[in-house]
Amino acid sequence: MSAPGATDASAATAGARGSLALRGVRKSYHGTEILRGIDLDVAPGEVVCLIGPSGGGKSTLLRCINQLESLDGGVVAVDGELVGYTAHAGHLTEASDRETSRVRRNLGMVFQQFNLFGHLTAVQNVATGPVKVLGRRKAEAERRARELLASVGLAEHAGKYPSQLSGGQQQRVAIARALAMEPAILLFDEPTSALDPELVGEVLAVMKSLAAGGTTMVVVTHEMGFAREVADTVVFMEGGVVVEQGPPAQLFGAPRSPRTAAFLRRSGGEAHSGEAQDADSDAEAAIS
Amino acid sequence: MTSSQLLTDPPGTAAGGGDPLARLAALPLRSRSRILSRWVPAVVVGALAAAIGWAFVSAPAMNWPVVAEYLFSPRILAGVGTTLLFTVLTFALGLLLGIVLEVMRQSGNPVLRVIVDGYIWLFRGTPLLVQLVFWFNLALIFPVIGVRIPALGLTIGGSTNELVTPFLAALIGLVLHTAAYMAEVVRGGFLAVPPGQTDAAKAIGMTSLEAQRLIVIPQAVRVILPPLGNQFIDILKATAIVSVIGGGDLMTIAQQIYGQNYQVIAMLVVASLWYLALVTLATIGQHFLERGLDRSRRRVLKAEAGR
Ligand SMILES: Nc1ncnc2c1ncn2[C@@H]1O[C@H](COP(=O)(O)OP(=O)(O)OP(=O)(O)O)[C@@H](O)[C@H]1O
Ligand SMILES: [Mg+2]
Repeated sequence: MSAPGATDASAATAGARGSLALRGVRKSYHGTEILRGIDLDVAPGEVVCLIGPSGGGKSTLLRCINQLESLDGGVVAVDGELVGYTAHAGHLTEASDRETSRVRRNLGMVFQQFNLFGHLTAVQNVATGPVKVLGRRKAEAERRARELLASVGLAEHAGKYPSQLSGGQQQRVAIARALAMEPAILLFDEPTSALDPELVGEVLAVMKSLAAGGTTMVVVTHEMGFAREVADTVVFMEGGVVVEQGPPAQLFGAPRSPRTAAFLRRSGGEAHSGEAQDADSDAEAAIS
Repeated sequence: MTSSQLLTDPPGTAAGGGDPLARLAALPLRSRSRILSRWVPAVVVGALAAAIGWAFVSAPAMNWPVVAEYLFSPRILAGVGTTLLFTVLTFALGLLLGIVLEVMRQSGNPVLRVIVDGYIWLFRGTPLLVQLVFWFNLALIFPVIGVRIPALGLTIGGSTNELVTPFLAALIGLVLHTAAYMAEVVRGGFLAVPPGQTDAAKAIGMTSLEAQRLIVIPQAVRVILPPLGNQFIDILKATAIVSVIGGGDLMTIAQQIYGQNYQVIAMLVVASLWYLALVTLATIGQHFLERGLDRSRRRVLKAEAGR
């Protein structure tokens, strides 16, 4: 609870805590099936990168994992505990709002658009969860929040409002805000794609150190270089199904599915950042 | 002065050398004479306004001694009190009902939503004057109102004319009408808070209610305070309309007095002076409220500028 550094805290989450399991997850919007039965297992400390074409259902999957969207079928379990539902003799019942929010504390989420609380300063953004949800004392929570902000390189911006921070700084505050809840698993939805290219690196650096610290992470990303370097497993999603998954060297180097190969070839042409380019050129070299 | 004259070297300016623009830039600025563009219209319009104003002020019908006599008379002061009571009650109850309407509309229940939309359509689509007269004449539809509990053989209620006094009819009319507008104001506040705020609040483990209370409402309130201030001032002035059903407000009293002493204009001046004073006070209050809200934002901006 009062661990001195961010990395200590995230290292403490490694071990038994932080496994995620999805079975047959389905989701439709207005009769269109967006997720068509997703199975996924994430081990404690594992880093999974989700890649795939736009509209393939990656964001929807992340939102279904922490019940920001209700499921139309299947189950999600964190460390063996169902999210959003409770099993009763022979059937599933929707869990209460309070119960769902309790299980959700184990799942930190970082959004593409940051979604920082606009009326709160950076340090208040980070401390508000521990104070209001976990019932920590305010002074203690803010001290910890400052530590977390320092660990993402924002020590001197603690008192600023989101509108006074750059996109990269806002996203690092958002990561600190998620970390403050000491979640077992962190979900990232394209955390760098709303950022100017020169700001992408600072956010990826924070994520890399989290991954190295042993945090379980599920990352939706278009940054192929990051996926290649950091992921334990890369999952390729298209049309609401998992087409292929495997270690980055295999998935980028020798994709089994022609759909994966076609996607990698297409996204290779669009890659801009330096990291993404070397990964993609490697992938292309392997494909050709 | 011509430009060729300007371009000759002014004494003592060695710098600039061959750059005529640099030498021009070094010349002192003098503003153009504003006698024609500023003073002439000001004098003409000011004189006109003064003449018209004086024509009114000096008219015998104004009867300033009567204005002075009634301005702080007990009856007028009681009317001012009633006007303030109408304003505060209408604002508070209208806002409360407006919030209830908006919560009903956002509940996701289609029946509730249709009811709310119908309510707003009805109460915004008919004039307040008509609604007031309608409530005043409620007795024509329901001569008696009350609740009958057959099991106990009990009846609570009575004659509508006795229960719905002019004051109550006026208050009901003002509140129901205002609520329709308040619902829209409240809605605007909630719409101004992006849905991502609720997502982020839930993602750190808040329940839906906590997300609303701690994250959405504080931000929505900042958005709706300025329009709420305008609503308050609008209501203050709109209460004068309850005089048509004898609601007992400032305007009702002024009418009653000039019905007796025929000092129509003087009594209207008395009422106007009070409305002006109250609206001015409310405007000043609104100004300070909004400034208080802005202060935190501005404080940080200043800190940033100083860096
Ligand atoms: N709230 C919603 N209502 C209706 N349709 C939705 C909703 N959210 C997503 N969709 C649809 O679901 C599909 C999948 O969307 P999703 O955002 O999950 O894709 P994605 O893989 O994250 O794409 P991207 O890479 O562009 O972010 C899209 O066709 C989208 O239009
Ligand atoms: Mg997406």
